[in-house]
Amino acid sequence: MRNTTEDIEIQLLLEALYQRYHYDFRHYARASIKRRLKQALMQMEFRSFSALQDGLLHDPTLLPRLLDYLTIQVSEMFRDPFYYRAIREKVVPHLKTYPSLKVWIAGCSGGEELYSFVILFREEGIENRTLFYATDINPEALKTASAGIYALDRIKSFTVNHQKSGGKSSLSDYYTANYGRAVFDESLRNRVVFSDHSLVTDAVFGEMQFVSCRNVLIYFDRSFQDRAVGLFRDTLPRKGFLGLGSKESLRFSTHAGDFGEFVPEEKIYQRREA
Amino acid sequence: MTKPLIEAIAIGASAGAVQALSRILPELPTDYPLPVLVVVHVPPDRTNMLVPLFQAKCQISIREAEDKEPILPGVVYFAPSDYHLLVEADRTISLSADAPAMYSRPSIDFLFESAADTYGPALLGVILTGANEDGAAGLTAVGEAGGLALVEDPAGAYASAMPTAALEAYPMAKTMSLDNIASYLAGLGKMRVA
Repeated sequence: MRNTTEDIEIQLLLEALYQRYHYDFRHYARASIKRRLKQALMQMEFRSFSALQDGLLHDPTLLPRLLDYLTIQVSEMFRDPFYYRAIREKVVPHLKTYPSLKVWIAGCSGGEELYSFVILFREEGIENRTLFYATDINPEALKTASAGIYALDRIKSFTVNHQKSGGKSSLSDYYTANYGRAVFDESLRNRVVFSDHSLVTDAVFGEMQFVSCRNVLIYFDRSFQDRAVGLFRDTLPRKGFLGLGSKESLRFSTHAGDFGEFVPEEKIYQRREA
Repeated sequence: MTKPLIEAIAIGASAGAVQALSRILPELPTDYPLPVLVVVHVPPDRTNMLVPLFQAKCQISIREAEDKEPILPGVVYFAPSDYHLLVEADRTISLSADAPAMYSRPSIDFLFESAADTYGPALLGVILTGANEDGAAGLTAVGEAGGLALVEDPAGAYASAMPTAALEAYPMAKTMSLDNIASYLAGLGKMRVA
């Protein structure tokens, strides 16, 4: 392992970000963070990570810009359509036995995953008994998610994915096209609570029947992964569901024993007996 | 100055990748003493068929890379479809769903730049056939970290754009025919065993 000056600067920058603003990226997978920070450095026109650290400590207005580089994920609606198909065919029949439901989209980023869930739940007739919690650490991402506006040129792939997921309606029923943008219907947010929440520093906030957290854990190191999965364990009742990204697994987690595989090929787990 | 021993190999390929890798990977023995990390551009929505394809052809162990797994010698790790493959400082793998680079996810640059950070002079980076410019920045990073930069001779490559771009970005890279790359990689194993 080579510890270059740049690596030391990155470590110090992340420490400054944590101590000054309580955003903890110290245990994120470092290779990705380094790439993202290099992009930030270039775009924000600082000559070194030390200079960026100096700026950040003294000028809070730099924080949102840096957070965008560190956290923003561009996803797709119904990304990995077979994940949603598995929810539709295998999880929804169980969810239908509950009189009321809570679903947590952890790390919702720009909202693509959230709207996929709301549309799927509406199609399956369980939206009106469900409360959706959409959380992210980045306030700007939450704004994007709650606006529900996406570039029109992204809609084609969203539509294809939606159909592959077993969609029972047309995606165009849920948005209006307007000046190159697709504006998703306000009614989709009737049962959504948006909230600022960190999987690494905040606690659980209630009992959920389904937690979907996709392509978030891959950015954490083992210690952060364990903390996040611990939160999911604590928030899920017996038989509650956890959905992860297609290349994420609980195999290496210290909490693996608390979950059983429900749809292994789609990384859907179910909470075992507490 | 003597070069340190190579401790890892990173390979990037795009159009024509299957034929090119079919020339190289079957030459590597079961007990090959190095890990081999491979990024091939594959469409995002297709199940990655490269792993079973090469498992059938090769002696060396072929796997799809998994997040957080340790990088071991004698294993070829393919990047999964629709995820970037990166190397962490503790020589484990991390996957990322960051935006595609040069329209590609997985991206050769992501692999090469992170592997160069970790292995420095002990990395061999190889750019094979391909029709875009991914890997040019990555190979430069490999070379600048003191590693060995190798490019398939564009004249003989199925698609010359990618090796050409890599050579333009990093002219100090060595050029070899596909056959020579295959025997060079196989030879690296023998030298270390002896």
